[in-house]
Amino acid sequence: MNFDFSDDQKLLQKTARDYLAEHAPLSVCRAVLESDASYSEMLWKGVAELGWLGTAIPEQYGGSGFGRLELAVMAEEVGRALAPIPFSSSVYLATEAILRFGSEAQKQELLPKLASGERLGAFAHAERPGEHGPEGVGTKLTKGKLSGTKVPVADGDSAHFALVTARSGKEVGLALVDLTGDGVSRTRVRSIDPSRSLASIQFNGAPAQWLGTAKSWDEIQHVLDRAAVLMAFEQLGGAQRAFDITREFCLGRYAFGRPVASFQAIKHRLADLYVEIELARSNAYYGAWALSNESPELGRAAAGARAAASDAFELASKEMIQMHGGVGYTWEYDCHLFYRRAKWLAVALGSTHQWREQLIQRLEA
Amino acid sequence: MDFNDTPEEAAFRKEVRAWLDANAERLKPGENAPGLAEGRSSPELIKRAQDWQAKKADAGWACITWPKQYGGRGASAIQSMIWNQEESKYRTPPNVFGIGQGMLGPTIMVHGSDEQKDRYLRPMLRGEEIWCQLFSEPSAGSDLAGLRTSAVRDGDEWIINGQKIWTTGAQYCKWGMIVTRTDPTTEKHKGITYFIVDMQSPGIEIRPIKQINGMSGFNEVFFTDVRVSDRNRVGAVNEGWRGAITTLMNERASIGGGGAGGPDFTDLVRMAKQTQWDGRPAFEDSDVRQRLARFYIRLKGLQYTGYRTQTALSRGETPGPQSSIGKLVGAPLRQDMASFAIDLEGAAGGLIDKSLAPEEGAWQQTYLASPGLRLAGGTDEILRNIIAERVLGLPPEIRADKGMAFKDIPTGANK
Repeated sequence: MNFDFSDDQKLLQKTARDYLAEHAPLSVCRAVLESDASYSEMLWKGVAELGWLGTAIPEQYGGSGFGRLELAVMAEEVGRALAPIPFSSSVYLATEAILRFGSEAQKQELLPKLASGERLGAFAHAERPGEHGPEGVGTKLTKGKLSGTKVPVADGDSAHFALVTARSGKEVGLALVDLTGDGVSRTRVRSIDPSRSLASIQFNGAPAQWLGTAKSWDEIQHVLDRAAVLMAFEQLGGAQRAFDITREFCLGRYAFGRPVASFQAIKHRLADLYVEIELARSNAYYGAWALSNESPELGRAAAGARAAASDAFELASKEMIQMHGGVGYTWEYDCHLFYRRAKWLAVALGSTHQWREQLIQRLEA
Repeated sequence: MDFNDTPEEAAFRKEVRAWLDANAERLKPGENAPGLAEGRSSPELIKRAQDWQAKKADAGWACITWPKQYGGRGASAIQSMIWNQEESKYRTPPNVFGIGQGMLGPTIMVHGSDEQKDRYLRPMLRGEEIWCQLFSEPSAGSDLAGLRTSAVRDGDEWIINGQKIWTTGAQYCKWGMIVTRTDPTTEKHKGITYFIVDMQSPGIEIRPIKQINGMSGFNEVFFTDVRVSDRNRVGAVNEGWRGAITTLMNERASIGGGGAGGPDFTDLVRMAKQTQWDGRPAFEDSDVRQRLARFYIRLKGLQYTGYRTQTALSRGETPGPQSSIGKLVGAPLRQDMASFAIDLEGAAGGLIDKSLAPEEGAWQQTYLASPGLRLAGGTDEILRNIIAERVLGLPPEIRADKGMAFKDIPTGANK
């Protein structure tokens, strides 16, 4: 039984953690949240230079040629730092989709630029509230021209190109579009988590092409599954950080002559939170295994990983505020950075409700 | 990342399987080995269990983690895990030796005299003598150190008076290990002495406890002037708490979240498909599907956490603290699943009649049995304290009885 990351992968994780501890303290996330910046360009440049963006991109396309296990541990560190960068959009979604479904020409055109960080990719799917399968895709790709509106698109305002779920007649697939080209009009929109920018993008006859062989809902779902596993690690990192900060706070905060951490109600709630995070971690590990082995189990593994991680992070962020007492409710304290990020990530790839429904469907398949 | 045995583990597993194939019958797919029914285990069942144990002992497969000098193999934790995984696939008698072999034998190995080790360990391993644990009392469960059963010295014997409770298997055991109060004038955990007691001694009365599910797996054991030789004292006088800790540590190690038997997730799904709600299978209802998904995710979380534990054992490492969450998560989960299953059935969920109830009333039985799992072997609340203090390093509970002589500790009866 070897259900763990290798020593090399753990070393990679530690290196990433140390880098982010130095270059991405929570003040970096806060700076983006409090400003009009879409992301931290300095941090993005830093991680790009370290080769993080090309972790799972083969060397022939300018990447480091590692696998999804390496990507998973990096994602956890990105999450732990609440790093305000388009890592999920560009790496878990755009890069993974192109690697998996892109034509050779598309791979050669885009992957090196994704690896270097000179191009950012986004993934545009949602069009209106609720959860919709293929029948909810209204954006159309007709004769090489894309029309429709996507909102919200994570990093839609800063990305150079996007993969857009679109239909052609009865078929749905992923369209590749240059966001800096004709027929694209985008506006940044306000997010519950301003440290991660969102945009509304209107396509009016924007030139676009299909992404390689991504011409069915199954393929779109597969891209989402891959991203779900990686994002689960990011959510885990955030949950763990929230937990660690809360534990430290409770140990140092005194009331009624003793540390708040000595009250049994707090002890038990922290024990329960620890349990939820560990269960989520175990489910995420299985997702990582399934992803790195291209297993047919990926669908159910991804759904389980995502649902568990979303719930664990959301719980951690709520308990964090509650256990900090009144100061947890202040802008000044970092609790709300986690509260916001947890909630956004919980819906960023679609609702937890929908992912649990997916899980049941896949158990039946 | 993979789920494979190392070459050494694979070889060991092959050896285990070969012996089991030659000496036991394999279970059919989907079949469970009959568990220890909570009835008053019959002499016939005990005999079968002992025969199987002797067979294993003769071949060197009994208590494989015990040191060789006591009849074991000195096997590693991962080998023990592999053995258990394989043995569970065969139709073998229920294990009635777990308490002795899992907890009390290891206690004797650490704290017992040479005479005790020579006399007791081999028959324990062979299953010739079965052991019970005499710990909890009506006024001392979670607070075990608050025990009241007394032992008073009389020459080279001790006289024991008091009562133990929740004693599994007392009715068929030859020996018990009992923690007693030998000095009430000092702090509670400093006045405890540990003994081995012959369960056939005059003055011992065993009464079954009827549980809420009607079964009686546990007993009260009453001690009236029971005499125990000082040669059966385990460890020094008034230092029995140390031995008790050793016993409890071994208990924690052996109680996993694991396979309680009974209906499982696939049974729940099947039932949801067969049960009709408004003319359609309940399985098509969104809320039902959401609940099922939540159960599945939690069950898998436990299973994969078990893989992480096994990985650590395979590397010869101590499993991480997440290994301690099995019972805390598993027991309430079982109760919730049973509650949900009953709700699915509507009013028919109130039936427990095997011939009428869906799934022969298995979920109803589970619902009635499951509160016990949240209490035995460490209550949910104690487990949370343990995680909080030992894993998360949070401050210990404030002890209202700290520094007090045992006889002065408030009990509710002596305000």
